[in-house]
Amino acid sequence: MIENAKQLAEKADGIRKEHAGRSKIGILVSMGTCGIAAGTTPILNAIRDEIKKQGRDGEVEVIETGCMGLCHSEPTVEVFDRESGASVIYGQVTEQQAAAIVESGSKPAAGATALSRGWYYPEDEENKDNALQARIVLRNTGRINPQSLEEYLVQDGYAALAKAVTTMKPQDVIDTIIASGLRGRGGGGFPTGKKWAFAAAQKNDTKYVICNADEGDPGAFMDRAVLEGDPHAVLEAMAIAGYAIGATKGIIYIRAEYPLAIERLNIAIDQARKEGLLGKNIFGAGFDFDLELKYGAGAFVCGEETALIHSIEGMRGEPTFKPPFPAISGLWKKPTIVNNVETYANVCAIIRKGADWFKKIGTAGSPGTKVFALAGKVNKVGLVEVPMGTTLRDIIFGVGEGIKDGRAFKAVQTGGPSGGCLKATELDTAIDYESLKALGSMMGSGGMIVMDEDDCMVNIARFFLEFTLDESCGKCTPCRIGNKRLYEMLQDICEGRGTMETLEKLDTLSRTIKDTALCGLGQTSPNPVLSTMAQFKDEYLQHIQEKKCAAGVCHKLITYTINESCVGCTLCARNCPVDAISGERKGRHVIDQDKCIKCGVCFEACKFHAIDKS
Amino acid sequence: MVQAAMEKTKNMLERFAEVDKILERNGKNKAKLIRILQEVQEEYKYLPEDIMAYVANSLGLAPAKVFGVATFYAHFALSPKGKHVFRVCDGTACHVKGSQKIIDALRSELKLEDGQTTSDDMVFTVETVSCLGACGLAPVLVIDEDVHGQVTADKAMELVRALREQEKA
Ligand SMILES: Cc1cc2nc3c(=O)[nH]c(=O)nc-3n(C[C@H](O)[C@H](O)[C@H](O)COP(=O)(O)O)c2cc1C
Ligand code: FES
Repeated sequence: MIENAKQLAEKADGIRKEHAGRSKIGILVSMGTCGIAAGTTPILNAIRDEIKKQGRDGEVEVIETGCMGLCHSEPTVEVFDRESGASVIYGQVTEQQAAAIVESGSKPAAGATALSRGWYYPEDEENKDNALQARIVLRNTGRINPQSLEEYLVQDGYAALAKAVTTMKPQDVIDTIIASGLRGRGGGGFPTGKKWAFAAAQKNDTKYVICNADEGDPGAFMDRAVLEGDPHAVLEAMAIAGYAIGATKGIIYIRAEYPLAIERLNIAIDQARKEGLLGKNIFGAGFDFDLELKYGAGAFVCGEETALIHSIEGMRGEPTFKPPFPAISGLWKKPTIVNNVETYANVCAIIRKGADWFKKIGTAGSPGTKVFALAGKVNKVGLVEVPMGTTLRDIIFGVGEGIKDGRAFKAVQTGGPSGGCLKATELDTAIDYESLKALGSMMGSGGMIVMDEDDCMVNIARFFLEFTLDESCGKCTPCRIGNKRLYEMLQDICEGRGTMETLEKLDTLSRTIKDTALCGLGQTSPNPVLSTMAQFKDEYLQHIQEKKCAAGVCHKLITYTINESCVGCTLCARNCPVDAISGERKGRHVIDQDKCIKCGVCFEACKFHAIDKS
Repeated sequence: MVQAAMEKTKNMLERFAEVDKILERNGKNKAKLIRILQEVQEEYKYLPEDIMAYVANSLGLAPAKVFGVATFYAHFALSPKGKHVFRVCDGTACHVKGSQKIIDALRSELKLEDGQTTSDDMVFTVETVSCLGACGLAPVLVIDEDVHGQVTADKAMELVRALREQEKA
């Protein structure tokens, strides 16, 4: 049991000494969901075996960590030297490389691929190498064993909570968060301190602190990475929030698709309870706080805070009109704050280092950093944490190292189903909440999907509408029926039935839905349509006027033909599921356009580039 | 006749006994309805209608309320699923990396008609999900509990065939 702040500091010091004595070299193996799927488990075992074989048990230690964010190079392993601080990160590690990696210590091993780090830790060091990435939220993710409270304590874990409850008044905590300018990372960007102040001002014996870990944006995985890689940081921040607003109970609402995050959160909660870091009379300051997990059941709209609250109450997760805001009347009608995982992950650093320190990073209106899940057609797919105000170009072409296979950049999608697509001319935009909104997209929770010339923007708009249709709760008419009509119109355009009138209607209906839908889901669902129409009008026109899809995505608008390179190998004819291809062996084949269902099987099967797609 | 009827009643009672345990575990708490249904589904692999009615009764809720919750959340299945469940991610990252091709290939290999998700022999179910949070490995396919990254239509076919062999053996 850690009973007061002094004991915490002593304990952390003790662990530091013990670690230093235990091993000189640490080997971090990335064991997040994605790492495990990419096959890190056998590598972990190979490294363990190798340490034994080389007889270096007392010198080299293996540490299982969360995601390092280098998804493009999983499985990843980092080797560091506790004394010198030197470290080397390897990507695409194989079992065969284990011996060399163990042997080389913190010096690059021959035969293994060393990666450049590309980030710095603002809390611990200066940005000496002008790194593009700054890791505040991901400070511990990929650096510590998330299943070890001790390792978290070494990184000043629970020091922020101790500081808050033993040296600050609740109002001081709120003032600090307000002064830091921290804004909600769940998408809306609402000032976090202000939200806390509203809840704190309510006179009520029961209040709740909720963590929104529903992470519904398809194509985003920042919150998962934080929960899997640094669960204690979220618990600690929630306790601080509880102290600030006068709540003793916290709830983490997490999507059931994240079993590993759930497991690690449960472990962390148990550990914190055992040490008295959750529970009664925390740090002897007379403050009680405990929390529990609630599981989502697969509904995107439950990420919306009022819907989320209804879901916790065991009901259909339908949103309700605001006001009243949850801070006034939330869970079981009690004052409740709902914050996103990443928002909480900033709180401890702000309490430890102060508001002024935090404000030095990022822009004046949006201080701090933002984590993006960079995915799609970019070379270096992964988790990226950059200061607010970084340009899209720096993220996509700097950190992401450009477009895959030398293709041309076409668009980047941010904000998920509520956001929009930005094109090449917008690449130099310094991103923050306001700049993205001005361009018709939004920050969203941090999904960033890069698209190249092979992606069709009309199809992407239709894809998001399909998602919204699936996820609309059906409570309000504009969203339930309006989006269905939008989807059908997009379908018409993708299948060659669109007219100029369709385009006009698309625009009018989109604006009507935005103005009239009940909740954030419906109010933002036309954004992907409006933004692609504004930025890629020519593509819409091409689909409508020329009945063509230049990206070759919209099936119905594609024609497959066989050119003179055909050697008559018959492979295409044998593969065609509808027998639309005919021809003599060794003679040029032809496709019967009436029979062709444009499945593209022939195109993929042909080894002679004899099939044209237009 | 009588024996058959008694057998049936006995089976039904046994069926509900499991549900009773789940209800007890959750303190017959209305607020835990979602959790209760999740546990029922773990037990039965889907939510049988009679059991939902039983749950409603036990919690003092209208059956419509329970159906309402069950139909709202994507995780609840109202009909039984196949022995092996293929979940193809169709989140944005996976979509732009070609998840549709995998879905099409699986559906055609398993001869699923429009709207059908489970093969006639009840061995395979194909579903789509939006984002499993492993976008770095897109496109992603989860078979039962195993996550497979950077899947192609061909690889998906291999996996189906391997499972078929396993079923035969
Ligand atoms: C349709 C919809 C889905 C949302 N999904 C999420 C989500 O998955 N995660 C999240 O943190 N916030 C989500 N939000 C935003 C929440 O309603 C809420 O603003 C947020 O959790 C507040 O936390 P923050 O201020 O820390 O961002 C969603 C909003 C809408 C309208
Ligand atoms: S979009 Fe498929 S895992 Fe995220």
